[in-house]
Amino acid sequence: MEINKNAYDAYVKEVTPVNRLWPDVGKAFLTGGLICTLAQGLMNWLTGPMGQEKEAASAWMLILLIGLSILLTGFGLYPKLVKFGGAGALVPITGFANSVVSPAIEYKAEGHVFGVGCKIFTIAGPVILFGVVTSWGLGLIWWIGRVMGS
Amino acid sequence: MEYVKAFLVGGVICGLVQILLDRTKLMPGRVMVLLVVSGCILGALGIYPPFLEWAGAGAAVPLLGFGNTLWKGVKEAMETEGLLGIFKGGLTASSAGIGAALVFGYIGALLFKPKMKE
Repeated sequence: MEINKNAYDAYVKEVTPVNRLWPDVGKAFLTGGLICTLAQGLMNWLTGPMGQEKEAASAWMLILLIGLSILLTGFGLYPKLVKFGGAGALVPITGFANSVVSPAIEYKAEGHVFGVGCKIFTIAGPVILFGVVTSWGLGLIWWIGRVMGS
Repeated sequence: MEYVKAFLVGGVICGLVQILLDRTKLMPGRVMVLLVVSGCILGALGIYPPFLEWAGAGAAVPLLGFGNTLWKGVKEAMETEGLLGIFKGGLTASSAGIGAALVFGYIGALLFKPKMKE
């Protein structure tokens, strides 16, 4: 058994694709950096010529990026960006938008409720769930701290 | 200057997450959850808000910023509504992003056809 296990481990190591780390990191840096630079451009446009308050401009900037990402996903371009940039395309909010729309498109044949409706939350569901639960828990701690402190 | 900061900060965050992706076998979905949870915690520790102020879009656009927004919403709602704010604040603060993703996502699913995987 032990020999088989070693042989199996060796086999797994052999067939697992080896990503070259530093070129991957460089591409992620470039992709993520450019998306954030574009976002900064949108922010400056919204707070400047469009005359938005900072808070509202930030919300509009995210909405515009989400819309753009969903368009690019629909035309099959965002997956190419993910393939090139890896984490650089996944970490920004555009990656979140991509993860919302791409399973929804993929499963639309299964209907509006169980296809699009369920699959649209494949990634968004866990992200929203754990985000809300974490902020709730931290809020509770903060609230208890304030009650005890006063 | 603010473009340089946005580029560098956004790039460094993505580069660090790329190391995490390559060195572990974490799936992208788990990484997104991890980022949002980390953003919440960094927000609650008071680290993320000044960082966001300094870095601009470079800190707002990565999902860490989404987590920070959830925390900010909870904190602000608690200041005005007390304990009720813990339940309302997170989703209220993140509603623009979540709403846009769901509405545009649904419209996208109606308009576009599935692509064949290459």
